[in-house]
Formats: sequence, C-alpha cells, structure tokens
Amino acid sequence: MILALLFDTLLAVAMIVVAVWMISVKNAFAAIIDFMVFGLLLALAWLRIEAPDVGLTEIAIGSGATGVILLRARGLARDRDEMSATPSIGFKILVGALCGGVTLGLAALVLMPPDPAPTLAYAAAENLHLTGVGNPITAVLMAYRAFDTFLETVVVLLALLGVWSLTPDRFWGGRPGPAPAASVPAPLTFLAQWLVPLGVLIGIYIFWIGADEPGGKFQGATILAAMWVLLMMAGLTDAPPVTSRRLRAALLVGPAVFMAVGIAGFWLAGDFLAYPPDFAKPVIIVIEAAMLISVAAALGMLLAGPPMRESEP
Amino acid sequence: MSVPVALPFPADTTAGGFLLVLAILVPIAGILLIWSLGSRQTERIALATLAVGAALAFAIGAELLGTARPVIYLVGGWKPPLGLALRADGLSVALIVLTAIIIAATGLFAKGQFGFDPAGPEKRGPMMFWTLLLGISAALNLIFLGDDLFNLFVAIELVTFTAVPLVCLDGRTETMRAALRYLLFALLGSVMYLLGTALIYSLYGTLDIVLLKQVVQPTPLLFIAVALMTVGLLAKTALFPLHIWLPAAHAGAPAAASAVLSALVVKGSFFIILRLWFDVLPDGVSQFGTQILGGLGALAILFGSVIALRQARLKLLIAYSTVAQIGYLFLVFPLATGTGASEPWASIAWTGGVLQLASHAFAKAAMFMAAGLVYDALGHDRISGLAGAARIIPLTFLAFGLGGMSLMGLPPSGGFSAKWLMLNSAVGEGQWWWALIILIGGLLAAGYVFRVLVPAAARPRIQIKAKGPVSRCRELVALTLAVIALAIGFIPLEPSAMLQIGRGVEAGVLAP
Amino acid sequence: MTFPFDTATLYGLVGALLIGIGLFGLIVDPKPIRKILAFNLIGAGVFLFFGVVAKRGAGAGFGGDPIPQALVITGIVVAFSATALAVTLVQRLSQEEAAASDADGKDRP
Repeated sequence: MILALLFDTLLAVAMIVVAVWMISVKNAFAAIIDFMVFGLLLALAWLRIEAPDVGLTEIAIGSGATGVILLRARGLARDRDEMSATPSIGFKILVGALCGGVTLGLAALVLMPPDPAPTLAYAAAENLHLTGVGNPITAVLMAYRAFDTFLETVVVLLALLGVWSLTPDRFWGGRPGPAPAASVPAPLTFLAQWLVPLGVLIGIYIFWIGADEPGGKFQGATILAAMWVLLMMAGLTDAPPVTSRRLRAALLVGPAVFMAVGIAGFWLAGDFLAYPPDFAKPVIIVIEAAMLISVAAALGMLLAGPPMRESEP
Repeated sequence: MSVPVALPFPADTTAGGFLLVLAILVPIAGILLIWSLGSRQTERIALATLAVGAALAFAIGAELLGTARPVIYLVGGWKPPLGLALRADGLSVALIVLTAIIIAATGLFAKGQFGFDPAGPEKRGPMMFWTLLLGISAALNLIFLGDDLFNLFVAIELVTFTAVPLVCLDGRTETMRAALRYLLFALLGSVMYLLGTALIYSLYGTLDIVLLKQVVQPTPLLFIAVALMTVGLLAKTALFPLHIWLPAAHAGAPAAASAVLSALVVKGSFFIILRLWFDVLPDGVSQFGTQILGGLGALAILFGSVIALRQARLKLLIAYSTVAQIGYLFLVFPLATGTGASEPWASIAWTGGVLQLASHAFAKAAMFMAAGLVYDALGHDRISGLAGAARIIPLTFLAFGLGGMSLMGLPPSGGFSAKWLMLNSAVGEGQWWWALIILIGGLLAAGYVFRVLVPAAARPRIQIKAKGPVSRCRELVALTLAVIALAIGFIPLEPSAMLQIGRGVEAGVLAP
Repeated sequence: MTFPFDTATLYGLVGALLIGIGLFGLIVDPKPIRKILAFNLIGAGVFLFFGVVAKRGAGAGFGGDPIPQALVITGIVVAFSATALAVTLVQRLSQEEAAASDADGKDRP
C-alpha cells in the first residue's frame, strides 16, 4: 500500500517535472523528446487509475505517433518561424498568474468532487451480454456509442485529406514525403527485416484480443502503421502516391464497411448501427478488421506527410 | 462511493427518425464516393449529394411540422444515457433547412471552379473543395441534431478539420498563416469544451441534453463547466475579443468557401452555446452570464462595424461585418432569458435571434459571392477601385446591395424583422441599452455598405474595363440568396410556433 | 502513515497542473511547434480529468466507468489528427516562406 503511494507520488512529480521542462527547454528537439517521455509516464498513470485500454492508446497514438509527427515537422520547420513577438517578462508574469489561477481552480474541483459519483458502469455491465464482447470499453466504442466511433473514423480520414489538401498543386499525384535515401544504413534494413513481421503479428494480436481484453483496433493499427513507416525508412518500400487506387481502397474500406453494416442494421436488427443479436460479436469484428486496415493506412500516410515529389510518369 | 445513473430517456425513436441519421450519413457517403470514383465524377457526385441533402432537410421539416413534436432517433436502439440520441426540434429544423439551401447554392456557385476538368488528370483543388464542402454539411447537420455533448465535440472537431483546409485552399502563404491561427484558436476552444464535458459527466453521469435538462441543479460546478464550454465555443464563433483569427481567414478563402465559413460555420458553435444556455442550464438562473454575453455582443457590433468602415479591401470589409453581425446573435442571451413577467418579450427576442441568424446567413453568403464575382470581373477587390463597377456587373451589385439592406436592418428585409423584434423586446423588458446598440449598429452598417455601393453605382470619370467575363448563372445564385434574405422580412412579426416545438418545458414531455 | 489523497485525486491534481502548464506554453511561446506541444499537454490534462471521473465511477466489477474511458480513447485519436493537421500546416508554411525569401535573394542568416 505504502509502496503504491510512493510510486504514485514519484510518478506524479516526474510527470510535472517533465512537463515543466518540456515547456521551458529552449531546443525544440529536446522538447519533443520530452513530450514522448512524458507520454510514457502518462501511460503508466493510466494503468494506475485502472484504464489499461487508455494507457495502450496513449503509448501508441498519444505519445508515439504524435511524437513522430512532431519530429517530422521539426526537421523541416526552421527555428525562426514565430507567430507573435517574444513576450516581455511582465506579460509572462501576467499569463503565469492567470494559468496558476486556472490550476488552483481546477485543483479545487478535484478536491471537492461530487459525492456520490454517478456512474454508467452498472448499465454498461448489464448490457454487455447483448454486445457479445467481453471488454466493456469495446462495448462502448462498438455498440453503445458506436456512432461516435464511426464519426471518429471519418475524422481521421478528413484529417488525412486535410493534410493532403496542403500539397503544392504541382505535386498532386506524387508520393508523400521526401524520396527514399539512396543508401540506407545496413543495420536499419536488417532491423526492418526482422522487426516488421514481428510487429505486424503484435499489431494484429492487440487488435484481436481487443474484443475481450485491453487492446483494440486503434492501438493495433498504430503498430501496423509504425511497421509500414519503418519499411519506408529502411528503403524497402516507398509511400504510395496519393492517387493510388489501392491506397484509396484501404483508406475507405473502414468507414464504408462501418456505414454499410450500420445501414444494414435498419433491416436486420431494427436500427441503424444495431447488430443482429446472435451475430453481434462477429459483426463487430468484421467492422473492426476493416477499420484496422483504414486506420493503419491513414496513420501511415499521416506520418509520411503530404506529397512533396513530382508524380512519376 | 459511486451510484448508478437511473435516468430513462423519455422517448423512443419517432416515425421519421431515420431521416436524421440519413442527413448525417448522406454527405459522408458522398465523400467516400468522390474518393473511390476519382476526379471525373467529383462535381456530379457532390451536387447530387447536396440535392439529396436538401430534400432530406425539407423532409425532416415536414415531419416536425406534421407531428408538432421533435423528431428523435436512438442510434443502435440504445437509450441515453448509455447510448446516443439524435433529436430535431424546431430550432434544429430551421438551421438544417437553412444550411441545406446555402450549401446547395454554394455548390451551384462553385460549379466549374477550381480548375475542374472532367477530362483531365485529377487535380487537388476540386477534389478538396467538394470533399470539404460535403464534410462541413455532415458536421453541421450533426451539430444541429446531436443530443449528446461528446457527440457534439466530435461534430465541432469535424467542422474544424473541414473548415481550416478550406481557408487555405489556394495554398498561398498568407492564407496558410490565417489557417494556422484559426486552427490554434479552434483547438484551444475544443479542449476547453472537452474539459467542461468531463465536469458535467462527473456531476450527472450523462451527457445527453434532454436528460441533463431534467436533472440539472444550479450548482457552482455546473456553472464552471458551462462557462468553460462557452468560452471554448466563443473562440470558434469569433465573438469579440476572440475574433482576431476571423477576418484574415474568411477574407483569404476562395469566395465560395468564405460564403460557407461566414454564413454557416460560425453559427455551428453558436448553436451549441444556445443549447447549453437555454436547453441545459436551469431556467432564469444565469442573469449575470447573459448580461456578459450581451455586453461582448454589443462590443462586437461597435468594434466590428467601425473597423469594417476602415477597410481598403471588399472581402475584409465583409469579414469584419461578420464580426459585427455575430454580435447581434449574442443579444439574444440577455433578451431571451425570460423571468416570469417578461416571458412574452423573451420569446419575441428568441424569434428575433433566429431571424437574425438566418437573414445574416443568406445575406452574408450572397455578399461574399458578390465579392468573388467582383474579383473575377475586375481582377482586384480594392474598394477605391470600384467606381462605376455596378455598370459592368449590375446583378452582382444588386445582390450585394440587397444583402447589405439586411445587415443595416432596412425594411423590408430579414435583418429588419430580426432587429425590430429584438428592439421591441429590449424596450419591453426595460433593457433599453441594447436597443441603443442595435440602432447604432444599423447606422454603422449603412456606413460601410454605402461606402461600397455609392461609388460603384456612380458614373466613373474613366470608363473601367472588365478583366474577365462573369458568369450570369453565378450572379443569379448570389442574387437568389440575397432575395431570400429579403424575403425573410415577410415572415410575420410574431413569436414563431415552429421554433417552440420541443423546447422549454415540453422538451422532455414527448411520450404519448 | 496517512496520505491526504486517494490515487484518483492525486492524478486529478496532476491533470490540473498539466492544464495550467500547457496553457502557459500555448499563450507565451511564439513558436507554432511549441504551441502544438503545449496544446497536447493541455489535452493530456483534460483526458486525466476524464480518467479521474472514470476511476471514481468504478463499479459493477470494473476498475473504472468504461464510458469516460472510451471517450478518452476517441479524444486521443482526435487530438492526434488535429496535431497532424497543425504540424503539416506549420511545415508547409515554413517551406513557402523559405522559398519566398530565397526568391527575394535576401534570406536572413
């Protein structure tokens, strides 16, 4: 018990120290690395408040994928890009007081929680058998609030299209990111060759167990996307052009299957996004498999960035 | 100590409920089709989708008026608080129909633009424009129909992800800078909104608006939550002093995009503020907050109008006018928060506010389209170079002028009805200071509209020449929208019965 | 030894601090990349608030209320998408500005 308290306190202090360091360190690269370290600590915190699904998502997407994207930008963004003038000390003190006030107010809210705390845990548990899955988070994401999750896949797709909309016109139809390096260090190629099959297996495993255990499509898809990016970095494959039919099929299959199953629900189960009672679990897994492909493709292309090369003849 | 939430949602899916689902799905299906079929079909798919969307909006309206009850759909058959509901009341229907008409008109206006060429290779511009337009349509419909505060969060993020790329569709450095500023404001707004959502869930264990209305108590935590969410949404609505991202973003976007951004997108986040203050908060307990919102609205009217008077470019003038006109919307908060005795005046203010929203949407879309046509005709949009321009493109300036009438509040126009109702309610409730602001705002609007119209209509000393042809069809689209803004003025000047369907005390009383 | 807070409260306080620190960075730091980092810090704090709400709603044999936990998963994916879009904007902006200043031939050192 005391050990757990000690661990929690140390973790909390470490998170705050890393966060302050991240904001104050001069070098942008150091700040981004700090951010990724912070993500690992945060994932531990999620485990400590008994949210392992969130912890996995935080490691995969919140710190991992977000950090990689920030690193990509840092490589290209110059240090002198500034949106506003460097603030004066007085302004900093003023803002600091404001932010301190916000923190104190929020801390007061945390210390004086509504009692008793209302919860939907019982309702989620009572209906769990109707969804066919064992993990209550998956039941929320794929059954009770499946509409949110469907819209989320649309959000991811639109974010990618938004990134593509920033392509300079002359590069439309080209491949994302810079051309692969002519010579890739041999160890990187070697690493990719043995890590990728393993990573793909882990990604699919995490997706598969998500129905009943912590895990799921978003976490699995991130690992798949990471493996894809590793292959690109190792020069073993190149990013597909944005006009590629196969790429578009991969990006669209998730939202399309989700929508089709949802609409089929009108006839087969009486409601949009309702599943036939005896087939709920297989139907959910079909949707999740399609989403796994689309989310992995979208994340991989988000990590690769907008096209920056002429299209090949 | 935790307790289970025991709140039955008071209604089931209604007969026409599936229409609500379709209103959101159809534009998304359009996007999937565009990207699976490629460039040749882009325009045809998008325009067909918009036509279906408009038909759905009218069908939902017919359903609501036919039954005189809100239209409801429980997604997946799960009742809130566990599941998600979609719900259309009178206010949602007004906004869905308005959005469908303006987006469809924008589609017609943008037809053939952005270098669209069905025979050539795929191009970025048209693919993106039509995708983003459909995306905005889906996201706004979700905002107007969503009954769950987190579902609405996903909706406002969808709006952000579609509106920001529209701003910098032309890929120029200035527009990308404006888009980045817009994005950062929008993201800070989202995260504040989300924090408020967490607080509300911690209080009541549900995020469903209808259920919340039944259980909310005027506790400090609830006010803090709503305040956080409101400030976040104000950043997206661009209410003074959080407006600083708007002028560059709205003026920099292509004309068709500006029309949608100014007429509709800022109204999406405003709509959620309305929901929070009138459909979630307990009645009549937030006098202080409503006076603050009204005060900021008043400042927006004065500040936006005065800056608009000083602009050198037509599109920036129109964008600053949006800052001012958004201000009027916020006068609804002090005026429509009825306390017992002033109830009739409050419902007059409510109708006035919705009329202001609608007439501004039509007028502003028309004016931005007109500004785009001016640019096509003259190759610039400097106000100093407009002398005699109305002789070259009379229909365009007619559209601009009719839209301007609505902004000034001249009879007979939608803007007149809106401002007249608000003025009456301000006087009736003894809050005369808002009446003064409404009058001053109208005079200032007259100033900036005539600054454009008078030289444009004058006989120029040197005959100016058109740089390019202006499509008659596109002029007619702008003119039609301006005429609708005018026609709203012929709606009877009384509280609207439709807008009251599913609101207030009867919001929860739906079961037969 | 008595400890003043339970686990949920402790991480709730961390969340409050993260929001304050992130807000400071977002307002004060002029560099867009750093603003995006700070935005993610605020997001992390807000998500922790949801986590605390979930933990306090533990029941029915679950370690936490699954609804807020699921909302956070959706929120993390949305925040990532937002970061990707913002980062790409920053990157394209600096490329365009670099190209413009090269074209002018007066590139600052």
